[in-house]
Amino acid sequence: MIEVRNVSKSYRRDSLRVPVLNNITISVPDGEFLALMGPSGSGKTTLLNLIAGIDRPDDGSIEVNGTNVAALSESALAQWRANNVGFIFQFYNLLPVLTAFENVELPLLLTNLPKKKRREHVEAALTLVGLADRMGHYPKQLSGGQEQRVAIARALVTDPTVLVADEPTGDLDRVSAGEVMTLLDRLNKEFKKTIVMVTHDPRAAEKAHKVMHLDKGELT
Amino acid sequence: MFVLKLVIKNALRHKLRTLLTITGIAVAVMSFGFLRTVVTAWSYGVEASAANRMITRNAVSFIFPLPYSYRDQIARIPGISQITWANWFGGAYKDPADFKNFFPRMAIDPETYFLVYPELIVPPDQMKVFAQERNACIVGKKIADQHGFKIGDVITVEGDIYPGRWDFVVRAIYTGRDKSTDETQMFFHWKYLDERIRELQPGRDGQIGWYVFLATDASKMPAIAQTVDEQYVNSRAGTKTESEREFQQGFVSMSSAIIRSLEIVSFIIIGIILLVLANTIVMASRERTTEYAVLKTIGFSPGHIIGLIGGESLLIAALGGALGLVLTFPLAGAFAQMFPTFFPVFNVETVTIILAATVAAVAGVVAALFPTIRALRTSIAEGLRAIG
Amino acid sequence: MKIPFSYTWRSLWARRLTTALTLTGLTLVAFVFAAVLMLSRGVENTMIETGSPDNAIILRKSATSELVSQIDRDHANIMKTFPEVALLPDGKPFASTETFVVINMRKKGSNDMGNISVRGVSPEAMELRPQVSLKEGRWFTFGTQEIVIGTSINEQFQNASIGDRIAFGGTFWTIVGVVDGQGSAFDSEVWGDANQIMAAFNRPVYSIVLIRLRSAEEFDALKLRIEQDPRTSYTEVKREQVFYREQSQALSGFIKGLGLVVTIIFSIGAMIGAMITMYAAVANRTREIGTLRALGFRRRSVLGAFLIESILLSLIGGTFGVALASFMSLVKISTTNFGTFSELAFGFALAPDIIVSTLIFAVVMGVVGGFLPAVRASRLNILAALRSA
Repeated sequence: MIEVRNVSKSYRRDSLRVPVLNNITISVPDGEFLALMGPSGSGKTTLLNLIAGIDRPDDGSIEVNGTNVAALSESALAQWRANNVGFIFQFYNLLPVLTAFENVELPLLLTNLPKKKRREHVEAALTLVGLADRMGHYPKQLSGGQEQRVAIARALVTDPTVLVADEPTGDLDRVSAGEVMTLLDRLNKEFKKTIVMVTHDPRAAEKAHKVMHLDKGELT
Repeated sequence: MFVLKLVIKNALRHKLRTLLTITGIAVAVMSFGFLRTVVTAWSYGVEASAANRMITRNAVSFIFPLPYSYRDQIARIPGISQITWANWFGGAYKDPADFKNFFPRMAIDPETYFLVYPELIVPPDQMKVFAQERNACIVGKKIADQHGFKIGDVITVEGDIYPGRWDFVVRAIYTGRDKSTDETQMFFHWKYLDERIRELQPGRDGQIGWYVFLATDASKMPAIAQTVDEQYVNSRAGTKTESEREFQQGFVSMSSAIIRSLEIVSFIIIGIILLVLANTIVMASRERTTEYAVLKTIGFSPGHIIGLIGGESLLIAALGGALGLVLTFPLAGAFAQMFPTFFPVFNVETVTIILAATVAAVAGVVAALFPTIRALRTSIAEGLRAIG
Repeated sequence: MKIPFSYTWRSLWARRLTTALTLTGLTLVAFVFAAVLMLSRGVENTMIETGSPDNAIILRKSATSELVSQIDRDHANIMKTFPEVALLPDGKPFASTETFVVINMRKKGSNDMGNISVRGVSPEAMELRPQVSLKEGRWFTFGTQEIVIGTSINEQFQNASIGDRIAFGGTFWTIVGVVDGQGSAFDSEVWGDANQIMAAFNRPVYSIVLIRLRSAEEFDALKLRIEQDPRTSYTEVKREQVFYREQSQALSGFIKGLGLVVTIIFSIGAMIGAMITMYAAVANRTREIGTLRALGFRRRSVLGAFLIESILLSLIGGTFGVALASFMSLVKISTTNFGTFSELAFGFALAPDIIVSTLIFAVVMGVVGGFLPAVRASRLNILAALRSA
């Protein structure tokens, strides 16, 4: 359960305060697949970042599964992210110097899992996204769609309850985008992951249960 | 473990840049080590001083003599065990304008000099021959090698302080007991000098350059120095007595301005190391802004980020530093071979190695400071937006 | 078609931090390079100032410095009467018979020992050396134990002001004046009456004879005469300027040699720094370069633009370096001259040719450091460059 209550957020650009979110309240029940849509600068990515605990609100509170994210210290927040949230980025953001296997293993390095267990988890995650045969490949050797699937495997390897995706299909061709959306849909239905996704792409939004529109920092 | 692995992989990302940086640091560390070696070589005489050796010279300056009669008077002072003396001969061997032809030439007393300087090792059979021949001389192994002097060779020196043409027959070659022993000197009989100068310039005979003696108890040395100097305070030739260490220190301090500028230059070198390394680390960490944000998003802590940037900086500094240190030795060796008598002893000291290694390590830490702070201050949201 | 200069300028500005780091490195190297040249020039200038063109100095043959030279009184007096020696209005030879010894004094501040030259002179000495003038107090009186000291000694050594008494040669000497040698080695000397000093040190011989030639061309005639006269053939005459230049060779050679070795090693570091910066500039701007090429700029133009960028960088560094080094001309250094075993004060001397050499050196660093990256930039494939992120 994600509860966003009366959240406001503004950025300082030079001496100017630019409001980004204005008194937003939303509630996302467990197992929901929510799409956030809106024009550039509408604040959707900021809202996503706030839910994921990589940014803090100026006002209001954000509760994820009973934890008040905004109140956590920096290091507690890092710990919390590692255990509860998985991220998927528009540009995949895999580390180019690591193989697909090593990229997916990254979040597990923060746990106490023994090496053998880690290997099992990574293999399971990569099998799930259909890239078990590409484990030793470097990002450069993969297509965009494959890279994004590795990124999804990395997001779910720690078995978080919430997946957060920022334009997951924004940089992909239609076929790859379709594959990625099918995968997310499956994660939501089969594995009961709560998914919050920011997108421009109406085709991607179709897969969501619920679509919310933001404009100039407010829900419409 | 993971951080280390990523550090190595990151360092190999721009192989050319990393290689250039390592080369730059290596060159700088090498010149740092070399300059420090020049500085230590300058004061080798201080290091080579025996703890209980003392020197008495004319109070006005080293260039003025002392009467021979002081010998017995000083030797009688309690606490002095063995006394000897020497005169600076100077003169010109071959072309004096070429400083490669320079080596110290001194008139000494063969019976006592080597008792006071036990670090000069002369083969006993050669010593015997040397002692019996009036114009015989002993040369150090280094200059013997450099000029090809062999036993029986004649060395001709044109005198300046003691005018005239002087021929010396090489009868012995000495070696140094320690690494720091000067092997570039030439010694001959003081009696020979004294006799010839009595004929040539009557009145200049019976003069001693300086006295050297051993104290039985090193802790009494200041008191002994005072006793000797007080004894001659009203004489025409006043004396100045010091431990050998102080005496050598006095020589070093004559060139203190040069030594100080060498030290300043070696500090500027540290600046260069820092600039080259900092430049690379700043660039690398700027390129990886997004990656750091991703790592933080996944849950990696600031400690990991510090490890990544600092680790890469230290790794490059360590490789460059190690390479530079290894290269210091052949550089110092080549210099010592090219200018064998410029510095009688030219060794890369352990202290120099430790210092150079420390400099590289500190540069590694400092170069990482600014980029690390920047990476930590950048919020995840900002970092994710950054491209390149 | 040339790429506009403003492109180069703005590119440097856009990467301020890296540009600043590289610039600092280049500045430091240019500074050290200029400072080394200035220092060795300073030593040379000091020694050249010390000599006058129509003065000749007579020493014992094979004497490498005034300190070890010995000339008998009788022979010195004979040489003073040689016809090549100029005469004073009163008919006396324009020559000074001098004795030269070294005493120890302690430096201010560091308390380090320095070897101070003491020159015993004849009354003609001051006129023979017009560059030496009285700055404070008065000249010493001949026949007394009074001395005057050079400005450097006055500034750098303890117990060296007018009225102070210095002990050497078994007696005390009173400082009555400070003389200014206008940057020559005389700034680092003590002068007194030759007869008094010889008596104090019990020295029967002079060190040198300094004479004014009737004209500078008479030097060879005097040289021949001294060589042929059996009484004086053990001596050797040299032009004063030549002699003093030789005296500084070891020190200025040492400074130049060691300094240049260090500078060359430094410049390798700086070139590598410049190369890293320029390679990064090329890598960061791959797409930009692709765009320029697509717009119709030729490979040569791209090569030129990047080369100009690095040359500009090094020229700015060189200029900063020279500017920084010019402040060094305010600094004076005093150390033992290996050639004379006595203290010599000298400064950093800036000259136009040193500025030019430094700037050329900086540009060479820029060209060497910038060439390979510029070649890489010009060789980029247009399509690949446009596609890259």
